[in-house]
Amino acid sequence: MEPREIAELIKDRYPSEVKDIKEFRGQVSVIVNKDKIKEIMRYLHDAPELYFDYLEDLCGVDYIGRKEVRFEVVYHLYSMKHRHMIRIKAEVPEDDCAIDSVVDIWAGANWHERECYDMYGIKFNGHPDLRRILMPDDWEGYPLRKDYPLKSDLGEMEWKEYKEVLDAAEKNRQYEVDEWHRQKRK
Amino acid sequence: MASAEKEIKTREITISMGPQHPATHGVLRVILDLDGETVVKCTPYVGYLHRGTEKLAENRTYLSALPLTDRLDYISSMSNNIGYCVALERFFGIEVPERAKYIRTIMAEMTRISSHIIGISTHALDIGAMTLFLYSFRDRERLLDLFEMVCGARLTASYPRIGGVRNDVNQEFLDKLYEFTEEYPEIIEDQYERLLDQNRIWLQRTKGIGVISAEDAINWGLTGPTLRGSGVPYDIRKYAPYDAYPYVEFDVPVGKNGDVYDRYKCRMEELKQSNRIIKQCIEKMPKGPVMASDAPKFTLPPKDRVLTDMESLIRQFILITKGPINAPEGEIYAATEVPKGELGFYFVSDGTGRPYRMRLRAPSFVHVSVLPKLCEGALIADVIANIGTIDIVLGECDR
Amino acid sequence: MNLDFVIDVAIIIVKIAVVIGVTMLHVMYATYFERKAIGHMQIRLGPMRVGPHGILQPLADMLKLFFKEDIIPKDADKPVFWVSPIIPVFATLSSLAVIPFFEGFVIADINIGLLYILAMSSLGAYGIVMAGWSSNSKYSFLGGLRSSAQVISYEIAMGLSLVGVMILSGSLNLSEIVKAQQQYWHGMYLIPQFLAYFIFLVAMFAETNRTPFDLPDAESELVAGYFVEYSGMRFALFYAAEYIGMIIMASIAVICFWGGWTIPPVLLNAVPALGMVPGIVWFLAKVYFHVFLYYWVRATVPRYRYDKLMELGWKILIPLALANLVITSILKYMG
Repeated sequence: MEPREIAELIKDRYPSEVKDIKEFRGQVSVIVNKDKIKEIMRYLHDAPELYFDYLEDLCGVDYIGRKEVRFEVVYHLYSMKHRHMIRIKAEVPEDDCAIDSVVDIWAGANWHERECYDMYGIKFNGHPDLRRILMPDDWEGYPLRKDYPLKSDLGEMEWKEYKEVLDAAEKNRQYEVDEWHRQKRK
Repeated sequence: MASAEKEIKTREITISMGPQHPATHGVLRVILDLDGETVVKCTPYVGYLHRGTEKLAENRTYLSALPLTDRLDYISSMSNNIGYCVALERFFGIEVPERAKYIRTIMAEMTRISSHIIGISTHALDIGAMTLFLYSFRDRERLLDLFEMVCGARLTASYPRIGGVRNDVNQEFLDKLYEFTEEYPEIIEDQYERLLDQNRIWLQRTKGIGVISAEDAINWGLTGPTLRGSGVPYDIRKYAPYDAYPYVEFDVPVGKNGDVYDRYKCRMEELKQSNRIIKQCIEKMPKGPVMASDAPKFTLPPKDRVLTDMESLIRQFILITKGPINAPEGEIYAATEVPKGELGFYFVSDGTGRPYRMRLRAPSFVHVSVLPKLCEGALIADVIANIGTIDIVLGECDR
Repeated sequence: MNLDFVIDVAIIIVKIAVVIGVTMLHVMYATYFERKAIGHMQIRLGPMRVGPHGILQPLADMLKLFFKEDIIPKDADKPVFWVSPIIPVFATLSSLAVIPFFEGFVIADINIGLLYILAMSSLGAYGIVMAGWSSNSKYSFLGGLRSSAQVISYEIAMGLSLVGVMILSGSLNLSEIVKAQQQYWHGMYLIPQFLAYFIFLVAMFAETNRTPFDLPDAESELVAGYFVEYSGMRFALFYAAEYIGMIIMASIAVICFWGGWTIPPVLLNAVPALGMVPGIVWFLAKVYFHVFLYYWVRATVPRYRYDKLMELGWKILIPLALANLVITSILKYMG
């Protein structure tokens, strides 16, 4: 099935949820509200003519300053049987930064959603085990947001355990072998 | 005479196969709750190798972000580069010349052979068969020497570029590679398969272990040989071909039972098929340029023109410092078949020379997430076999 | 306290010194040859740097282990930790006392030699359990448990396989067993006791914790299992105990099944000149072949999973050994 047709099917079935349909280089994105995302996903997974059984990717994008709704959660779906693909983008505002989890539809969404939470701070309702995955468990801040700095000298936002390591290294300098090593290197 | 039956109290112990461990293929931590030898609960922890590739790419031009992709799956680095380039070529609308397509296909298949060599032999090494590792690394050394001949780097080569490849290959490379493909099928049968295929201990340790059904595998998002071992013939080279794959003939090996042995056989068969593809590409290689010349806004001009021609100099300057500033606004998702599975790139562009968002969908990330499902209820020795069979590289998993 | 007694004691002490010295030298070079043999099987060279072709490698290893820092884990059970490396070494070295290396040379020619060796190898299992327990580390604990269960199971198979030899030779004295094999034209119990030899070979690998039964110290799973927390000389003691154990098991196989220091009578009648070669040469050649078998199997074969290992020992080897026992006794009874 052509991507455009799939987008039209979704729009016919959920006209109030679909905000926009965009097309670029042969790939169609359907922008929806986040409220009924689970219903839409369930329909896409179960409907026999669509049959999207494979969740390729789930990620977040931060559009601060460029769009009114700050975050978007992007789902890429693929059907092994019919060999078609669609992209669904669910808008998530900054003040209500939560969306329903699709883990019971596709089990592979588990870790993708954890990463989205870790990097953007978007909470997933109904996720069995929502905690940080790539960053250490007690990290503060959400790294992939556009207002998070890239440089390593974070100042106040520096990770506590790194400070402990630096202090311990400072203390152990007294055991160094010779004077050259004992001086503090820049 | 009360014969009270005293129950022997047993307790579960928790061991952590810590970040440094010979069998975990990188820095992966797995916490196992054991009841005797049986695993009751298995929790993998990743993130020890997280380097912030996605955030770094947002601050670099499209060309400078290419070496970041080398370091993802560092044992098959050219495949990652090819994935990046394929995605961006579709995005910018560039048509790659024929010769570059064939060269890229050769490189992709060479990295597939070398990655499968590491996958199979480290898997066998963990289970105890040491010798396969050394035999297969001898062949991998030949491939790495060929990589060095082409681009100067054995491992992290940023050789494929947006619009083609960086420079042409010479005839010596093609001759040596052709010699390799002539000798390799015999080496596979004689030295790799004879060691393990019929070995009773190997069969005992791999048949029926780590079974996952086809529906479960698709639901969990597995791809590559891990999925094909369960009977699903999903291969992006056949479903959505790119580069020179439409022009070569090859088969996609598919397993039946979804256990460790089937995945091992899939990878062995893929070695032979990759060999076949490389041979066909060398035989069919057309002559011509290796970099797209009709997309001046996105690809670098040839070096000899830069120092003599004014437009080329300006083009080179802008492309290096600011990136392709005429990039269209929009987004694209493109996936390629790397040795581990499906590597997907999702780009969002805002019209400047830097990607607004670069998202990598790494196959190893998804494969590690399925480890608890494979391991719960199995013995400790099977955990090792399962980690080996999902063939992960932590650089890709953590990005 | 007369002179004869003193001379006897002195001779025994000299014998002990010679045997221990030669064995330790063998152990050192067994490690070297293992690395060389496995290296060549894996198309690489093995040690090459220290001395010509790496021949001084064991000395370098010994020096390194001698000078290494002695690390004891914080919550380890210290007395047990100190004592446990000594037990396997003690058990295996004592087993050397009853092995006849050639005609007339044995430190203690006791009538229950074979039983003594089996008893000593059981004692060695204690050291493993104590090492696993005292290191206060879950990995060592698991390794120790696995190893002790494995050693106990395969001891039974080993003992049963040797009973056939005992029945045929009529004695437990090792020198007698060797002499009793001379009555056959082929000079070995290998031919009539083929099944028992095979069982003994498999049990031999399991007793010494070598591949394919090396799950207790599986490097890639439990990171060297029960001796992971040991370093320096303590590690060297465990390592030495493993290799002495290999040599002892190989010696038992040679004595009970291959005719010890003798040559098969059919060969001796054909080539009388072979009788000039001292018996120790034949003994060592046969032992070297068995030790090479250890290395060969290690380079080739993957590792057994633990439950399959137990299954092999209990469900396959013990019934086979019992069957062999029954058949041998029936045949001996019928003459």
